[in-house]
Amino acid sequence: MSKKVNLIINGLPVEVQHGTTILDAAKELGITIPTLCFHKDLCVAGNCRVCVVEVAGQRRLSAACATPCDEGMEILTNSLKVRSSRKHIIELLLSEHNADCTKCYRNGNCELQEISSEYKIMTQDFIELVPFKHYSIDAYSPSIMKDDSKCIRCQRCVRTCSELQGVNALTVAHKGDKMKITTFFEKSMRDVVCTNCGQCVNHCPTGALVEKNYIEDVWDAIANPKKHVVVQTAPAVRVGLGEELGFPPGSRVTGKLVAALKRLGFDSVLDTDFSADLTIVEEGTELLTRLKKALVDKDDTVKLPMATSCSPGWIKYIEHMYPEYLGHLSTCKSPQQMFGALVKTYYAKARNLDPADIVSVSIMPCTAKKFEAWRPEMHDSGYRDVDYVLTTRELAILIKQAGLDFDKLEEARYDRLMGDSTGAGVIFGATGGVMEAALRTAYEIVTGREVPFKNLDIMPVRGMEGIREAVIKIENPVKEWAFLDGVELKCAVAHGLVNAKKVMDAVKSGKADYHFIEFMACPGGCLGGGGQPIPTNPEIRQKRMNAIYAEDKSMKVRKSHENPEIIKLYKDFLKEPLGEKSHQLLHTKYTKRDRF
Amino acid sequence: MESIHQLKRADFIFRNENDWEKILGNALKRKNQDIIKELISSELKGRGGAGFPTGLKWKFASEAEADEKFIICNADEGEPGTFKDREILTKVPYKVLTAMAVCANIIGAKKGFIYLRGEYKFLKEELNKAIDEFHYYCNEINFDFTIKIFMGSGAYVCGEETALFESMEGKRGEPRNKPPFPTIKGYMGKPTVINNVETLAHVFTILKYGAKKFYDLGVQYSRGTKLFSVSGDTPKPGIYELELGMSLQDFVYEFGDGDTKAVQVGGASGFLVPRKNFKDAAIGFKGKLTGISLPTGGSMMLFNSSRSMFNVLDNYLKFFREESCGQCTPCRVGCQQLQMGIKAVKRGEKPSSYLTKLLRLAETMQLAAKCGLGQSVANSFSSIVDNFHEEMIY
Ligand SMILES: Cc1cc2nc3c(=O)[nH]c(=O)nc-3n(C[C@H](O)[C@H](O)[C@H](O)COP(=O)(O)O)c2cc1C
Ligand code: SF4
Repeated sequence: MSKKVNLIINGLPVEVQHGTTILDAAKELGITIPTLCFHKDLCVAGNCRVCVVEVAGQRRLSAACATPCDEGMEILTNSLKVRSSRKHIIELLLSEHNADCTKCYRNGNCELQEISSEYKIMTQDFIELVPFKHYSIDAYSPSIMKDDSKCIRCQRCVRTCSELQGVNALTVAHKGDKMKITTFFEKSMRDVVCTNCGQCVNHCPTGALVEKNYIEDVWDAIANPKKHVVVQTAPAVRVGLGEELGFPPGSRVTGKLVAALKRLGFDSVLDTDFSADLTIVEEGTELLTRLKKALVDKDDTVKLPMATSCSPGWIKYIEHMYPEYLGHLSTCKSPQQMFGALVKTYYAKARNLDPADIVSVSIMPCTAKKFEAWRPEMHDSGYRDVDYVLTTRELAILIKQAGLDFDKLEEARYDRLMGDSTGAGVIFGATGGVMEAALRTAYEIVTGREVPFKNLDIMPVRGMEGIREAVIKIENPVKEWAFLDGVELKCAVAHGLVNAKKVMDAVKSGKADYHFIEFMACPGGCLGGGGQPIPTNPEIRQKRMNAIYAEDKSMKVRKSHENPEIIKLYKDFLKEPLGEKSHQLLHTKYTKRDRF
Repeated sequence: MESIHQLKRADFIFRNENDWEKILGNALKRKNQDIIKELISSELKGRGGAGFPTGLKWKFASEAEADEKFIICNADEGEPGTFKDREILTKVPYKVLTAMAVCANIIGAKKGFIYLRGEYKFLKEELNKAIDEFHYYCNEINFDFTIKIFMGSGAYVCGEETALFESMEGKRGEPRNKPPFPTIKGYMGKPTVINNVETLAHVFTILKYGAKKFYDLGVQYSRGTKLFSVSGDTPKPGIYELELGMSLQDFVYEFGDGDTKAVQVGGASGFLVPRKNFKDAAIGFKGKLTGISLPTGGSMMLFNSSRSMFNVLDNYLKFFREESCGQCTPCRVGCQQLQMGIKAVKRGEKPSSYLTKLLRLAETMQLAAKCGLGQSVANSFSSIVDNFHEEMIY
């Protein structure tokens, strides 16, 4: 199987595994071949053609990303023939592209810009095609903006939406000069089966797909002296933000993140990890209640497996694709929305503020959160629970605009109330984290003992495998949960919607008898979210994941139900999990949506 | 040595043979190796455009290991000015079906498909009748092989073999990366032989009359006969079976209207040969001026002096601009630039030297486009711009 081939690239010999592409073989020699349509997360397309190289003995050039190495090949990656073709191709792309770089959201982080700068394309000899194209901008979705004039037709978004997410909201339509990337019947992204997950945004090399940004709205709120602006930060932001500000992937920048938000002028800097802990207490109790109803009361209307509900991309997906399974979703709102509902009730009361004067902002690794905050049902505080959602990338823009030297910021701590959190809250940012946090709490409620895993690390649910399963046997439960004695709790974890689809199909066909399933829309979970720094790829996500678990390890408290602020919240306000107040503020309903 | 000889008519393809059952029966009894060797020795090359040796193609597919394989007849016939496959399927469909069955037997396929051009829907009913009759016979001799018609939807690029597979798999007709080649990974990722209609009809001739008979026709590198679709400024448009290797001079003598200024050999993706080169141009796979292969299917379009070569080129470019699948940069944007570019020169918006830039662009398209469509735009572009430079400017 491990057949090797020898070849020569630019005069240098190299030995590689059989099946290695020219692109990767060149990389081993420290030679970078430019690419645009290539992305490590996706299947090879070979359509942009900027990676063409010369293979000795062949008149035509070959796409390095799509051509496997053969024994004895001689390759030139920078010959005159290659250079002149490559330059032509870049010029062609630019002739079709609305290159108003200075007005572009991706200015400074655009692969087309980078490659044209490398090749010093200073003039445009070819005819400017943009005026003939009648390009349009779709800005109707609360999450994603699509500007066809910036599109280079690399189809990375199309492949992302289909291969990683199985959604196929974006497809190719028409041929020839009219070929374009579009949606079902060319409707707005708002009106099609789009989960708003933003993976297309994350994988777009240019400014064709970007998040709908709310940067100016947030600056306005901060500048308004009448407003009390509260900000919450999601778990995955602290392991991603650094990448936008000069830190290597996997840097933990929690303290600096908090310091920066304070310097930006937010009145209170709080933590979504707090409401992640709250989610665990509510959702863990919900799971146990469902189990009790099913096993003791023999209530056959109880829906099992129960599915997590913190990922808004996943929620929109199931609403469209498996609406008959909405009853299986936990009724818990996502941590962002629990937080939002509490900020304008509990927090407002405690701080003696008029909720009408509170502006609630969240920093999320996610574009779907923008849609979630926009949902009509998310007004349980009597106001819009979360006013503005910014992605990790938008926050970086705020920080840069404010002129903060991020590296030099003195680390700071989250404010109180609602700023205290645990390791269990932090790991929400990684696939498997919600499951692990829930098990840490639920197991302890049921048995009075800690989960039987060393250092509380439930390794079977961790990792990057698309679908993971774990079985936890309950032994010697406390009296109240005696009926669970000997029960094997079957759990599954899926991330990336193609994997969610596989699990749902297994559930649907009766092949899966899980009790509890964690679903995350994005690869790697929130740390690979559509609002995280660009680029993304498996290595970067792995580094962010390591950072998340390191953050967990560093926390004093690592179980949600032991978060002192959560205990206080129940005592002072909510009274009990799944109680009346909880139902009113922390739980929600779902909407059946069409498949088209 | 490559030689040019006189135009010779032939009559194999449309000759009605009433013994296809016997030919099929005999072929099924022969050793696979035997037939492959015979095909290789006949030097039959694909008549669909790329001119790949048919025997080798079958050999590769027969050697590929897989649980399932396919034989596909490419009847997409989309090249402008080509209309011979239609005629074969109308008049002698059983030849094509027989050759498909023999191929299936050799490579180990149980299923065959005919990818029929969308506009040829009117052929479907009759063709299905022929297929039914053919199935009946296969059944009778206990030969497990079925053929289905798959209707195309009118995109020229779907005639390109890998785009054709995509289209059959229910996807967008976009050409794939090669390698892997169809004989390793074709339709449904399985080893597949895909042959042009006419290629298969020639296989029938070889099965019936032997490789030698075929080989003795034509010239070196270009053996056998070929159907030519003759159109344009000619008093006798139509389909003619001619031996390969004739000179264009002879051809024009036979088919021209006395005022032939140029001939487009091989359709829009072929080459334009101006009058001054008729003498030296041989029609075959290694003709001097027609390039290294005889591009798609033998369309011969004659133009007389009343034709503007600018309009001819503009027309071809419009075709490519619309029919490009649009996935790869050189072809999608290149076609637009070429067409708009020659117009800009004509209108005086760009200097005549801009044509040089466009010629270089066409070369990039030839070198870097993903499939044969984009790669062959340069054929007509460069041959027309080079030979009729004046007409492009004034
Ligand atoms: C753009 C394009 C269109 C093509 N259209 C056809 C076609 O209509 N019919 C055909 O037989 N081959 C067509 N071909 C060639 C096929 O890709 C393939 O080479 C051929 O079917 C192989 O059969 P052969 O070896 O018998 O020639 C086309 C190629 C290209 C690049
Ligand atoms: S050359 Fe043209 S038709 Fe072929 S893959 Fe590229 S865009 Fe598509």
